[in-house]
Amino acid sequence: MSHAASLNPDYVDEAGRPIYHPVEEPHHPEGHSTMLGFWMYLMSDCLIFAMLFAVYAVIGGNYAAGPAPKDLFDLPLVALNTSMLLMSSITYGFAMLAMVKNRTAQMQTWLAITGLFGLCFLGIELYEFAHMIHLGATPQRSGFLSAFFVLVGTHGLHVTFGIIWLVTLMIQVWQKGLIPANKRRLMCLSLFWHFLDVIWIGVFTFVYLFGMLR
Amino acid sequence: MSAEAHNEHAAKTLSDHHHDDHHHGDDHDHGSFKTYMIGFLLSVVLTAIPFWLVMSEALAPQTTGLIITAFAVVQIVVHMVFFLHMNHKSEGGWNMLALIFTIVIVVIAVAGSVWVMYHLNTNMMPTHEMQSMG
Repeated sequence: MSHAASLNPDYVDEAGRPIYHPVEEPHHPEGHSTMLGFWMYLMSDCLIFAMLFAVYAVIGGNYAAGPAPKDLFDLPLVALNTSMLLMSSITYGFAMLAMVKNRTAQMQTWLAITGLFGLCFLGIELYEFAHMIHLGATPQRSGFLSAFFVLVGTHGLHVTFGIIWLVTLMIQVWQKGLIPANKRRLMCLSLFWHFLDVIWIGVFTFVYLFGMLR
Repeated sequence: MSAEAHNEHAAKTLSDHHHDDHHHGDDHDHGSFKTYMIGFLLSVVLTAIPFWLVMSEALAPQTTGLIITAFAVVQIVVHMVFFLHMNHKSEGGWNMLALIFTIVIVVIAVAGSVWVMYHLNTNMMPTHEMQSMG
């Protein structure tokens, strides 16, 4: 018995003898692999963005006698947009710190602020897109504009779904409280949200800032 | 050992096991107020300097390009460490392994595309030569 006590109970039969080939899968607590799985998803998402960056790098210089980045980009506006996303990242961090301490109301407040920063980011981005389209710089105008709208638009779409997810989780926490499942979901969204900020670093550096250098 | 004692023992081992598992499931690094603030302040500095460099046109475009690329790489690492809490131990090292694999694929795909397409572009016949041939 003393020997068996040191063994994992999933791998010991009733008599205390070790089992080398368990008949059933060992018991795992619910959601124990969720964070790793979600990380794998983020890595595959990272590959999508890498391909879009590669497309932009290849055809981003083909203006087809149309407008160039210098004619279209407004750096102060991009800086404002960048600060919105960075602020939303730190407020989501504060929400996670409140979650660890089980302060539900405080966490919900920080999540709401995060969502508002996210909405500001989207609003500014949509204003920029509308302004460009108004000037005739539509996605079908040149290779540069096609690649630009697909890359930046895909990022904006991710932020949009992040906000929908955020609101969904706020409602779930409001209804069911900070149960382990909700904590796990909030941790996944935390990874997703910070990941989008990482992608934005690439966008503002290689699309906007390099665009102004050309 | 009586059956009762055996059951008790089994229950204890089982609960220990569950306790361990619970602990394993919740040992994610959530960071602290301090680490989030350090990450935030570093990000602000690492964002502000590239924007200022480009907007003020203080340096030659090539130099600016190299500097802002370096700042972007550093800021991505800062975000990974302070916001995404990456370290070589999270999820038993699998997170880091997946990340390294992804970075390798990204570098091959992006650098490869740029390299191949750049050569393709330079090997194309210039438009004015093509017109003079016709």
